[in-house]
This record gives sequence, C-alpha cells and structure tokens, in this order.
Amino acid sequence: MSELIKTDVLIIGAGPVGLFAVFELGLLDIKAHLVDILDKVGGQCAELYPEKPIYDIPGIPQVTGQGLTDGLMEQIKPFHPTFHLGEMITTIENVGDPLFHVTTDSGKTFEAKVVVIAAGGGSFQPKRPPIAGIEAYEEKSVFYAVRKMEQFRDKNVIVVGGGDSALDWTLNLQPIVKRLTLVHRRDDFRGAPDSVNKMRALVAEGKMDLKIGQVTDLEGADSVLSAASIKDKDGTPTRVEVDALLPFFGLTMKLGPVADWQLDMQDNLIKVDVSTFETNRPGIFAIGDINIYPGKLKLILSGFHEGALMAQKAHHYVHPEKRLVFQYTTSSTSLQKKLGVS
Amino acid sequence: MPKITFIEHDGTVHEVEAEIGATVMETALRNDVSSIVAECGGGCTCATCHVYVDEAWTAIVGPPSADEEAELDAAFEVRDNSRLSCQIKVTEALDGLIVRTPSYQGR
Repeated sequence: MSELIKTDVLIIGAGPVGLFAVFELGLLDIKAHLVDILDKVGGQCAELYPEKPIYDIPGIPQVTGQGLTDGLMEQIKPFHPTFHLGEMITTIENVGDPLFHVTTDSGKTFEAKVVVIAAGGGSFQPKRPPIAGIEAYEEKSVFYAVRKMEQFRDKNVIVVGGGDSALDWTLNLQPIVKRLTLVHRRDDFRGAPDSVNKMRALVAEGKMDLKIGQVTDLEGADSVLSAASIKDKDGTPTRVEVDALLPFFGLTMKLGPVADWQLDMQDNLIKVDVSTFETNRPGIFAIGDINIYPGKLKLILSGFHEGALMAQKAHHYVHPEKRLVFQYTTSSTSLQKKLGVS
Repeated sequence: MPKITFIEHDGTVHEVEAEIGATVMETALRNDVSSIVAECGGGCTCATCHVYVDEAWTAIVGPPSADEEAELDAAFEVRDNSRLSCQIKVTEALDGLIVRTPSYQGR
C-alpha cells in the first residue's frame, strides 16, 4: 500500500456542496481533503453550465456556475483544503470506530475519521460510442483518456471527436504514432482555433488523415483491434487499419463505485438521517444531489444546509473530547479568527 | 395548446400537449418520454436530449444554432434533421410536430 494520507474528513466530490462543506467543517476546526474525478473543481457547475446563470442562490440574484465555484473557492481559502483532481474513489473500508481507509483509482490511500459523499449525480465518465462490440476492446485498444503517450508510439491511431480533447491528443500523438486518423462527423471543429489550424496544416502536409464521418464497425481478436470501418456522410465505408481507437464524445454522469459501498440506497440515491445526513454506515455522510430523504429537493441551497448539519455530527467523531458551542460568524471572535478577518 | 408527438426508438408513441414557451425537452420530461435524458437540464451542454425532427417539420423548426451544432458533436448517430430538444421552443406554429428519439443518448 502507498503512503497513507491522513485527514480529518475526506470529501468525495468537489462540486458546490463539497466545497461549501469545507467551510462548515473548517469553522469547527476540521480539516478536509477533497477528491474529484474531474480535472477541475466545481462539479456540474463547472462541467455542465460554467457560463449559464443560476437564479436561486440566496442573496445572489444571478451567478454563473463558474462564478459560484470561484466564489466558494475564495470563501474556503482560510481553511486550506487539499484537492486531488482527476481521481475516482474506488473503495471505503472501515478500519476503526469510525476510521476509514479510502482508495482512489490512481493508487492513493487516505485515512479519514469521517467520509462525506458529495458526489452529485455520480461520477462524470466518458461517453461510450454505440459501436457494436466496443466494450471488448476497452483498456487494450480503445481508450477514453491518454495516461501514457508512449503506449501509442509507432501505432496506427484513430482519434474521434471535434472538441479540444480530440484535437489536443491528435496534435500530441501525431509526432510519435505511425499514422494518425482524426474522424469527426462534420468538417467544422469546436476546439480552440489554434489547434484546428495546426491540425489542418498537418493534414495539408500529408502527415495525418482527416475523415469526415463516423466509426461504425471494429475488427479484431482477443480485445486487440486490427481495423475499423469509417462511414462518410453518404454512407460509403472505408476500412482503416488501426491499433488504437480514442473516442472523445464528452462526459456523462454515472453512479459509479458508490453502488458498491454497502450503503442503503433508493433509486440510486443514498438514504440519510435528516438530522445529521449520516448514512447507514456511521461516520459516512451523504450531502447534495446524491442523497435522498422525505421531501428532498435537488437544490444547491439544500446541499449547503445539509453540509452545515453534517459538520455538527462530524465534529462529534473528529473532536470527541471537545464540546461544540454554536456560534455565528458575525459575532464570534473565535470564528472570525479562523476566517482571518479579525 | 400545441400537440407534439414523440416517437421513441422502440416504437412507443407519446402524443402530448405542450405549453407555449416551454422547450420540447421540457415537454418530453413532463410527459415521461424516457429516452430524453437531459442531463444538464437544458443548458445545451450535454447532448442527451437529441431528437430527429420529422422531415415534414425541419423547415418550420429550423436549423440548430452554431452552439447547438457544436454540442451535437457530443451526440451519436447525428443526422441532417438532428436537434437538441432543449433548444426548440414550443410555439403555435409547432402544433402537430413529430420528433423521434435516437436509440442512444450517451448513457
């Protein structure tokens, strides 16, 4: 096992509710680490609607998803949270009463007194294109992310998509692969104009291929891809030899490993006690869109409220020896000191 | 109230009344058209409310905006009559509209 990262609380999900939980915990002298599968903070606010206005945050008549995220990051700065981005939690194991060992897909292990699941709609995972039999090639020949570029050296690679991920990997991989083919449904790209220009220059120089159409069939054996069929707009297929296929169609929310954590669930949501937002596993809490209870509304403001109540019970586990005195940030000199404003 | 017909890929037909000013996506959700996912809730950022506009209606509904066309890159089996239903506002002129849903919205 890798070195243990010790923390009071591990928060799973760095969306608005996970971020605000840092604030509520911080006021009670509880430190937090956060893990998110996205490579940025903000969750759905940052991934799905960074530019779209939100109208129902109390006291803020209008704010964008990114604006709210930025505001929360500013608000929790005094508490110095540690972020682990681009990682997914895989297991939560009880090792004490309560004490948890929590592992990520990249091999990190946390030791936390309390775990807070603020995972929203689950984990954002790449969309899988509807090509018959594609699952069989995943991990060996079909990849939705590039972890090691070297594995593609001298290979025939097909990249599919028209956004920045597709263009960036096209430009990064083209110099080292045998032949790169970019496949997109239309001859127009939404990625950064500079990347589009660079890609078009490579095509003009004959250093890579651009095909307008879609990948419809895969050939191969034992999870190893050998060829793909690309249909153009008129439905005419071209067969291309390929060792690796990299589809980039954006992300979709999937429940993911949450289902394996022995939590009482209802409709793929985690049941909680409404006075503490604790789950059936003592020391594990669920706040925000991922939980369910009578009257639940999937609102950001509800998640903020849930975080505040969760922190009260979390304090009991993290600082069992300390008495908790309820205080207001407006009047408490001790809270103001923690916030760095006194 | 304008009527909209949703024909799902499995053949299920929903003939429903739509509120003027609502989107076709919202109309689908209110009427349990389950193959409209609408993960982002109407933000034109997830491409999971993809529909095919019936050929007889494409001229009346009109083409997608540049933003919507770009987001269709994240949909599958995109055709010339593809639209994101969250970007189609219901008007009187759409009374009788027929849209079909693709077999796959990405999840």
